[in-house]
Amino acid sequence: MIRRFLAAAGLSLMSLMPALAQDKPAELRIGITTYSSGAASVFGVPARDAAELLAEDINKKGGIQGVPVKLYFIDEGAGIETLMTEYRRMVQDTKVDVMFASISSGVCNKIAPLAEDLKVLNFMWDCGTQRILEDDKYSYVFRTQANATPEVLAPLLYLLKTKPDFKTVAVVNQDYAWGRDSWAIFSEALKVLKPDAKVVAEFFPKFGAPDFSTEVSRLLALRPDVILSTSWGGDLDTFVRQANQRGLFRTSQFVLPLAESSLERLGNDLPEGVIVGGRGDHYFLHPEMKGDPKFKAFIDAYKAKTGHYPIYSVFHMAQAFAALQAVYDKAVAANGGKWPTKEQVAAAMPGLKFQAFGRPVEIRADGQGIEDQLIGTTTRVPGYSFDVLDKMMIFPASQLMPPVGQKSEAWIKTLTPALIDIKVDNFSHGN
Amino acid sequence: MSFDTLMLAVCDGIAYASLVFLVAVGLTFIFGVLGVLNIAHGSFYALGAYVAVSAGIALTKAGFSPWLTFPALFGAALAVGIVLGGLMEKFLLQRIYDKEQVLQILVTFAIFMMLENVQRLVWGVQPYFMSEPLQLLGNVELFGISYTAYQTIFLPILAVIVLVGLRTFLRHTSAGAQILAVTEDREAASAIGINAERVYFLTFIVGASLAALGGAVAAPTTSLIPGMGAEMIVLSFAVAATAGLGQIEGAAVAALMIGLGRSLAVYVAPEFEVLVPYILMVLVLIVRPSGLFGAPQLRKI
Repeated sequence: MIRRFLAAAGLSLMSLMPALAQDKPAELRIGITTYSSGAASVFGVPARDAAELLAEDINKKGGIQGVPVKLYFIDEGAGIETLMTEYRRMVQDTKVDVMFASISSGVCNKIAPLAEDLKVLNFMWDCGTQRILEDDKYSYVFRTQANATPEVLAPLLYLLKTKPDFKTVAVVNQDYAWGRDSWAIFSEALKVLKPDAKVVAEFFPKFGAPDFSTEVSRLLALRPDVILSTSWGGDLDTFVRQANQRGLFRTSQFVLPLAESSLERLGNDLPEGVIVGGRGDHYFLHPEMKGDPKFKAFIDAYKAKTGHYPIYSVFHMAQAFAALQAVYDKAVAANGGKWPTKEQVAAAMPGLKFQAFGRPVEIRADGQGIEDQLIGTTTRVPGYSFDVLDKMMIFPASQLMPPVGQKSEAWIKTLTPALIDIKVDNFSHGN
Repeated sequence: MSFDTLMLAVCDGIAYASLVFLVAVGLTFIFGVLGVLNIAHGSFYALGAYVAVSAGIALTKAGFSPWLTFPALFGAALAVGIVLGGLMEKFLLQRIYDKEQVLQILVTFAIFMMLENVQRLVWGVQPYFMSEPLQLLGNVELFGISYTAYQTIFLPILAVIVLVGLRTFLRHTSAGAQILAVTEDREAASAIGINAERVYFLTFIVGASLAALGGAVAAPTTSLIPGMGAEMIVLSFAVAATAGLGQIEGAAVAALMIGLGRSLAVYVAPEFEVLVPYILMVLVLIVRPSGLFGAPQLRKI
């Protein structure tokens, strides 16, 4: 009996040995916060679809360094308190290896200190506020895309390069952090780059407003040369449609830095000649990428899965996955081929270069991604039932961001009109 | 402010007020008769919009005349009001009329949450829109700028028709008299042979249809997105509270006040645009706690 017990115990111990010696986990767990409810789900759900598609593709190809990935989602729309609890639970109970959080800048503001506290690798995969990595130093928090500063400066520079003769500007932004902060960057930069331009109206209708008729009337009466709106989703769609129905596009030049995500939905409601951006060099007809077989395969697969062309949140999700693959490759190589600790992965982030479906992105010493910006003007072409981009410029983001350690607000004040002559790459639709 | 600018603000205010009135009047009508604060009213608004747009898109895709999108708006409102409103009243509300008001609010809130998810399940999260009805009516020039005829003419006329129609129905028809009798005293009305259950059922369907109509006619002017019902229910409550709960004419006046106040704010002090409905509500309730047209209620012992 005793001999049998010892034999069984010995066998059990032997079966444990490989597990103890194994340096790779059975799976790499990725927690993703994205909006699957509420107005922001217009970004969140496409990103979630993309995450599933990308994870499937990674696993089909053998995983990251041979380790398959497994996804866990949290709905950002559940509210910040629930999200914080879920985030903590996912890190402590589910024991995820990395978190991708979040879409909302407000959520990122809260999540960044929590991630640092929990010592979990966190990729801010979509939120725009530049403040987080400028105001504090983090060891575990990184951003795998650009931030608001280049995302707003690039459309302004495009405007100054292509239509410099404007005198008056009005803004219609959503009344929350992004709407206010993006206008702060735009208006401050306008003061130094074109000091003679006058701001004639500032409208901040509430987030999710269903009607912009009154704002449109006021703008029709004021006739500003330029109208900026960094709105997105249904708000942007409604504003564009109501403005177009009443001829506002005929009297003012529109600048819509986030409208890449609305092109397909708006169809013919978005007129030609509007300046459009996509928060990075994100575009399903990216002039430098569209011939790339991987790019084409992804666009086709995404369209087959969802019925739509990918928008910037999809590309941001792809960048988070590309960063994850690249950083594990780098950390494993630096660790002599062994599976790295989370500290080793975090240490590999600064200086990391990776590429998804746009130009390569680099993570700076402060954890912030440097990502070029593609801006274009809408045009109609055969083959699409909506406007596509023409007269595209890709701006080098490294020149549109303050140096590490400096804050955007202070840096913008040091700019001079010489920045307008920044060298950019030009592309036309079809070329 | 010049006269022209003031008139522009008035035009915008009337257009906005018309839409808000259509939704708020349904809410206040249901409360006036049934005594139920129906949070799910916001869902009827959203579903009215989604069904109208789906019907409109289906009709235009099938090659029918775009003018048929107009009857589609009204058909969608009726379908949502009768089917969903009818089912909700018959199988849920009938069980809670005698319960605490807080329970009624919780139950209708639960329905609202469930319908929000049904909405996402059926229509997803991508914004929907259908601008045919708005484009068909074209634009009109007022005080030097272009307005859509749909918003400045069609919606106000529709709001007036609903107001006059509801008044006439209540004051000059036998069914209206029965509703008023049940509203006044359900027990006494039942004692003289009025079928109070049927009155409640029909009232809820009318109220739900008005919310759905609000959503359906709003659809050509806005984007249909998740959460649109929540947005409207809050505004409708502000209108109903300002008017005095249960007051139909009051809802029209309150909607007009809020519409004009909001558009004037955009013209003069845009930062107050969001606050205007609530500032007006608070000011009115400070002076008249029962609302503009409401009367203090006596509690039965």
